[in-house]
Amino acid sequence: MIALGYTMVYGVLQLINFAHSEVFMVGTFAGLYALKAMASGPEGGIVLAGVVGTAMLAAMGASALTALGLERIAYRPLRNRGAPRLSYLISAIGASLFLQNLLFVLTPIGGPAPRPYPNVMVRRTAFTVLGYSVSNQQLLIVATMIAMYLALDRFVMASHTGRGIRAVAEDPETAGMMGVNIKRIVVVTFLVGGLMAGAAGSLYGIYFGQARFDIGFIPGIKAFTAAVLGGIGNIRGALLGGLLLGLLENLGVTCIRSDWQDVIAFLVLVAVLMFRPSGLLGEAVRG
Amino acid sequence: MTPILEVRGLRVRYGAIEAVKGISMTVGQAEIVTLIGGNGAGKTTTLKTISSVLRPAAGEIVFEGERTDRLPSHEVVRRGICQAPEGRRIFPRMTVRDNLEMGAYARRDPDGIGSDFERVFALFPVLRQRLRQQGGTLSGGEQQMLAIGRALMARPKLLLLDEPSMGLAPMMVDRIFEVVREINAQGTPILLVEQNAQVALQTAQRGYVLESGTVVLEDEAAALLGNDQVRKSYLGTD
Repeated sequence: MIALGYTMVYGVLQLINFAHSEVFMVGTFAGLYALKAMASGPEGGIVLAGVVGTAMLAAMGASALTALGLERIAYRPLRNRGAPRLSYLISAIGASLFLQNLLFVLTPIGGPAPRPYPNVMVRRTAFTVLGYSVSNQQLLIVATMIAMYLALDRFVMASHTGRGIRAVAEDPETAGMMGVNIKRIVVVTFLVGGLMAGAAGSLYGIYFGQARFDIGFIPGIKAFTAAVLGGIGNIRGALLGGLLLGLLENLGVTCIRSDWQDVIAFLVLVAVLMFRPSGLLGEAVRG
Repeated sequence: MTPILEVRGLRVRYGAIEAVKGISMTVGQAEIVTLIGGNGAGKTTTLKTISSVLRPAAGEIVFEGERTDRLPSHEVVRRGICQAPEGRRIFPRMTVRDNLEMGAYARRDPDGIGSDFERVFALFPVLRQRLRQQGGTLSGGEQQMLAIGRALMARPKLLLLDEPSMGLAPMMVDRIFEVVREINAQGTPILLVEQNAQVALQTAQRGYVLESGTVVLEDEAAALLGNDQVRKSYLGTD
């Protein structure tokens, strides 16, 4: 889901939003405090669904706001001046460091130590397939991911704005000549990327039970890897890349050792960049 | 009758290079006007500036009595100027239908859009058969038809065409220009940029000859066809 955010923004702007992992991080914090406000212990049934749903929405909102703020403050001024692409990268890294450190020094909210999530959704086995147990949390994550992906795919492929997004991604100048307000499309793109990252952030928090200022780093880079593996700029590719990367990581964990998980993810990134930089479903680089 | 488009003293620069050095021209309510000239004469730059893709360094663009040179390009489309750009620039990975829908992006009248689809299919029947195909898989001539059809989907009050003959076989050029005349006969004024001066002057009522960013000649198209200088430089006849 984080990979979708990278891919969307890249597709439209040919820009890697390296602060996207912090958009995700803000989502884990927002999810945490929304959950805390509503419940302190385990819940079940309708209440659980309502609480988790609301927390997810809160996280989506907070992440979307962060993403919009990033676009407004870190990117739009550069775009208006027609800055070279390296400037965007530096601006993104700056914004990313700023957000991390902001959560680091804001001790009432963040701080250096991890903040625990309330244990609202007790992990238990939902069902077993071929001897592997699938927990209720994993089920929630997979179901949300599929729902989000389908919604995004419909939005981009079938809606009026989605058509505008695709046109800007293919040829911004011509899209403008056809009456597309490019600024608006860019804002919508960041918004959608933020919503996805927020949902992912709150799920991540529920699953791993904590939020911390630097929590976005590893998932962020892995999502970037997934997006690159699938072919950056390609929404279906991001999904495929995410699935494949997860499979490869777990294969590695099973065949080698569990602490190799991250090593494998980055080996995949390096290998894709070396041998197939356009990714699996990627387009050839435009001249 | 007041012209629908008036360009006054237009200057456009790319960094240190001035591509358009003070062009003035008009397009009347029912006319086809052509800008002809060689490479680098400033034809495409002029059209891009009218579409607000480029900002003028000086001068004014007045459309239906109002200045448009400070508006963003999507707003210019909303006012009624749409362009089939140089090199066609269709969206290659979108279907023909989506490409046509893109032309109507700024509109919110489903009925009107539906009837304009029919109008485009009447002008270019082949597009109807290609609706579900990706734009990039069309032949050059079909892509040009799609580019013009897409611009028509905006229901423009002024249609800009940039080099519609580029890279096409002579027979295809004839077909495209037949449709260009037809569109004009249906009531849409057209500003046509062409390197193919012969066909452009046969199609247009008036013409401007551009050389290195300035207008060196302007006259009725028939007069330009007979002009010695034009014949020598652009028609390849003595």
